[in-house]
Amino acid sequence: MVARAATAGRADVELIWRWLETVVDPEIPVVSVVDLGIVRDVRWHEPPSGPLLEVTVTPTYSGCPATEVITASIREALRHRGIESLRIVNRVAPPWTTDWISESGRRKLERYGIAPPRPLSPGATPPCPRCGAEDTECIARFGSTPCKALYRCRECLEPFDYFKCH
Amino acid sequence: MTPAADADDALFEYLLRLGDNALILSHRLCEWCGNGPVLEEDLAISNVALDLLGQARYWLGQAGEVENKGRDADTLAFTRDGMDFRNALLVELPRGDFARTTARQFLFDHWHLLLLEALAGSSEPRVADGAVKAVKEVRYHVERSDEWMVLLGDGTGESRDRINSAVCEMWPYTGELFESDGVVRTLADKGVTTLHEKLRDPWRARVERVLKRATIEPPADSFMHGGGYHGVHTEHLGYLLAEMQFLQRAYPGAQW
Repeated sequence: MVARAATAGRADVELIWRWLETVVDPEIPVVSVVDLGIVRDVRWHEPPSGPLLEVTVTPTYSGCPATEVITASIREALRHRGIESLRIVNRVAPPWTTDWISESGRRKLERYGIAPPRPLSPGATPPCPRCGAEDTECIARFGSTPCKALYRCRECLEPFDYFKCH
Repeated sequence: MTPAADADDALFEYLLRLGDNALILSHRLCEWCGNGPVLEEDLAISNVALDLLGQARYWLGQAGEVENKGRDADTLAFTRDGMDFRNALLVELPRGDFARTTARQFLFDHWHLLLLEALAGSSEPRVADGAVKAVKEVRYHVERSDEWMVLLGDGTGESRDRINSAVCEMWPYTGELFESDGVVRTLADKGVTTLHEKLRDPWRARVERVLKRATIEPPADSFMHGGGYHGVHTEHLGYLLAEMQFLQRAYPGAQW
């Protein structure tokens, strides 16, 4: 109860960012919404009715079905920490880009078996996240979600997802 | 009516066109879900459909706000009748075989990309923001469609015949995409959009470049169908809406 009382009022924004780092993407549960660059801004407002926390999020792809789950997860995580007065703002512009995925997010993706986004010269393919081999081929331009494409390693013969540059 | 109200009406109509094009084409692509020629393409088609559905939700949401009568994206999608839909006829045509789906997508994608690139510089933030977001998705759609056109056109005799006749069948429905009526002209005057006929030459150049690689002769322009932007649709739209809108019609306001 002590912790709850301490956080219920006006928790430090830095602390809230750390809480949000525990909210994972529902389709890639090894990276957080902060790693992916989905959370754009966290700030307190002081309307007459009392402190209001505003969290600004941006969708990855227009139709990404994870967006609503992510909003609900953020709401739940912050309520759990005692923040009742919360507004989640969905901001479309500037559009999300894979450049906003953090370095730690990229490492987590790779460890999970998803090749992280990287600028590829024409005809080049991403290296295999499992065995590191360079000799890979594209099987399909879309994988299990809009943000990924499907590749296969010609060395270890395993298929893998590549997080497309966007 | 004041000029400002006129401009708002035009913006509402235009946002409906953007939204309905994306929504109806998305639905046609969804019909392949579970039926695609191979699993990977089934997923790819469904993912393109998902991008378009997301775009439709944005455009229709904006349309509802501009109209300011309490209609949100879902209300606009699921409770309007056929004559109130503002999509081009091209997107409502039946999915046909994989060649027809591919040819339609190819012709649409190139137009869609050119339009969104123009709208990215719109003077209206609602339009510019949505276009800047969508343009990244549609650029990828174009790449996929181009690859399929070449693969099918420069493929076997059978695939070439099918994609060739599909292009010929879809071509007379492309004219509507390049017309500027009063709505477009009103908005073009204010820098919200561009005159659609300005997209025609770059579209033709891009499409012909790919068709050449696909060893397909571009059809000559002849009679062009039209009417979709004014609510005069083919007989196919009603059947599509009957399926798409069934749940909200049977259980009004139903929520997940």
